[in-house]
Amino acid sequence: MSSILQMFAVTGVTLRSIGQRLGSSAVAIVGIAGVVVVFTGVLSIAEGFQTAMSERGDPLRVLVLRSGANTEMTSGLGGEEARIIVDAPGIARSDDGPVASPELFVIVGHPLKRSGTDANVPLRGISPAALRVRPEVRIVEGRMFQSGTNEIVVGRAAARQFDGLYVGRTVRWGESSWQVVGIFDAGGSVAESELWCDARVLQPAYRRGNSYQSVLARLESPDAFQTLKDALTSDPRLQVSVMRERDYYAEQSRVMQTIIRTIGIGIAVLMGLGAIFGAVNTMYSAVSSRTREIATLRALGFGRLPVVVSVLVEALLLSIVGGAIGGGLAWAAFDGYQTATMNWQSFSQVAFSFEVTPSLLVRGLVYAMLMGLVGGLLPAIRAARLPVVSALRQL
Amino acid sequence: MKFVPLIWRNLLRHKMRTALTIGSIFIAFLLFGVLMAVRTAFSMGVEIAGADRLLTIHRVSLIQLLPRSYLQRIRSVEGVSAVTHANWFGGYYQQPSNFIQNMAVEPESWLDMYPEFVVPEEQKKAWFANRTGAIVGVDTARRYGWAVGDRVPLISPIYRRPDGSPWVFTIEGIYDSPAKGTDKSQFFFHYDYINETLRNTFVADQVGWFVIRVADPAAAGDLAQRIDALFANSSAETKTATEKAFVSDFANQVGDIGTMMIAIASVVMFFILFVSGNAMAQSIRERTNELAVLKTLGFSDRLILALVLVESSVVAVAGGALGLALGWVVIAQGDPTGGLLPTFYLPPRDLLAGVGLVLLLGLGSGLVPALQAQRLKIVTALRRA
Repeated sequence: MSSILQMFAVTGVTLRSIGQRLGSSAVAIVGIAGVVVVFTGVLSIAEGFQTAMSERGDPLRVLVLRSGANTEMTSGLGGEEARIIVDAPGIARSDDGPVASPELFVIVGHPLKRSGTDANVPLRGISPAALRVRPEVRIVEGRMFQSGTNEIVVGRAAARQFDGLYVGRTVRWGESSWQVVGIFDAGGSVAESELWCDARVLQPAYRRGNSYQSVLARLESPDAFQTLKDALTSDPRLQVSVMRERDYYAEQSRVMQTIIRTIGIGIAVLMGLGAIFGAVNTMYSAVSSRTREIATLRALGFGRLPVVVSVLVEALLLSIVGGAIGGGLAWAAFDGYQTATMNWQSFSQVAFSFEVTPSLLVRGLVYAMLMGLVGGLLPAIRAARLPVVSALRQL
Repeated sequence: MKFVPLIWRNLLRHKMRTALTIGSIFIAFLLFGVLMAVRTAFSMGVEIAGADRLLTIHRVSLIQLLPRSYLQRIRSVEGVSAVTHANWFGGYYQQPSNFIQNMAVEPESWLDMYPEFVVPEEQKKAWFANRTGAIVGVDTARRYGWAVGDRVPLISPIYRRPDGSPWVFTIEGIYDSPAKGTDKSQFFFHYDYINETLRNTFVADQVGWFVIRVADPAAAGDLAQRIDALFANSSAETKTATEKAFVSDFANQVGDIGTMMIAIASVVMFFILFVSGNAMAQSIRERTNELAVLKTLGFSDRLILALVLVESSVVAVAGGALGLALGWVVIAQGDPTGGLLPTFYLPPRDLLAGVGLVLLLGLGSGLVPALQAQRLKIVTALRRA
């Protein structure tokens, strides 16, 4: 009991004296804050990318591809196959028929605003049911394309990233030209990086006959997935794989995630080591400036443990302050930062924004505290081992 | 030389502080090395892209195929010294996550076009002779433990065999490269093997892109325009540009993610350098009165300046050299992402910049306090003690 009281007493004294050591404490705080900025900032890239790619996907949506194809681009379904899939059990139905859209997916080269160089935009040919499959899609400017015409609607993010994709403009790719008639919003999902047109118009333009690449469908209920999957995979006329749209995009984002996370975490660990050196330095000088005080406490009968605890608490407190500052800075600087990168599976552009999530902030703070604890350990042990008599005589 | 013990003693005065300072400088330069390698990796090899090579792709996008017959027409264009072609095959080994860059090529002209891929002569002959043979980069061979003679099945979602079975290739050669930054992870095989198997499909005699060697790199832009003019208004129009332009377009598509990560991390690296430089300067400032004593004993200003500079340089070099050396070792292990960033290496130019930075840190952090000490009047300094 008394040792706990001692801990509180010593820790209280320690914390009250931080003010006298502001300079060296600031160095440790800033060091840790810097590491947390990097840690949070870099991982917010991965987080935002993941959100755009998969988390905004509707769990009721499923994607059907030819079996063995890992992207829409490498998949192919004949017109007859597409018709069988659309009519399969488990798919929701409305007055206009099944809520399923056979689609074509190609990419076209178009100049980016930011560099003026060509990058690939996904151009998706959709069927009339597409908007019922994706109820979150809204036209925010202009109107929807008319079926049977060379009109396209442009996702919000694509309009932002690419040059000259505004309503009224005519663009030309290869032999066909297209008129932009509308801009759509898809709740921040990856679809906003795409251009949409009528699949029936895209088929001849790309010499695809009556074939498609995928079918995107809406389930009648969350547990209808298995029904649909069983029906399609057991049908001898089909060779397809069925997956939730969300899982599909999670897999698509894996490459970029791996790159960002491996490198980001590698850098953050290295910097963490650097910050630990800084914290050790700070805590050593804190301990040595309090040599007399600690020796006096020990002479008065205070135990070793309370002294150790007081040093660790100080280190922890500095690291929490540093972590909070770092997290705050990262949030202010990066949250919502809009950018785009390449989806490595389809070689096309995906727009997304950096996301500093609460869980990321917590992880940053935990990392900061870890650095503080490791940095405070050696100095705390030295403080506890101070030879009382010589320390008192020295001063 | 007789001053070595003096410098040594000074360094050991605060052993812990010296060790920590060296430690943080070490980390900063290790980080510097890694960051430079990341930067190089994100530029996707733009620095080593051949200046005398042009690529021709379908005007609309790189997934559209071009007729193989274009080869003859391109070859006859004046200023073209060689042409070859390739198809992105998209094959994977066992499971889709085993990402390998693999392409169907015309072997002899391909290796002529890319002399940086070095294959032993007898392996080369064996590959040319075996239609189902393949060559693979040393990085990928090591990753999957493949050796010459192994049979490797690849599944391609783009090019499917009529019976749905995987394509089986025999490894006939393993290429390496003396040039830094060459992608040693690729996998090449005979275009004819694929083309003849798929003789009756719509991909027959279609290729992904052409690679053209130009006789005069200075005229490459003009040549590119003439090639595109050749196929203007045809059903497959082309886009021709230098390999460098394609690589930099590609890096642009990956976007500013790499730049952002590097910018964030560089700020912190320089911060670490600033703090450690400050610590070094501090440890000299504390000894101003000692320097005054040395002056009293007859040490010249210049000698004191030299002593101080040597001391701070020793600390900087100890940390910096260790950091750069370990960075070099770590980076030599290759791509940390398992094949996604094939051009992960430390360019010598950046290594040199690192060495320069080390020296700058050593001299810079010693110079200010040393100059202050020099200007000091001995009497004032001694009185202050």
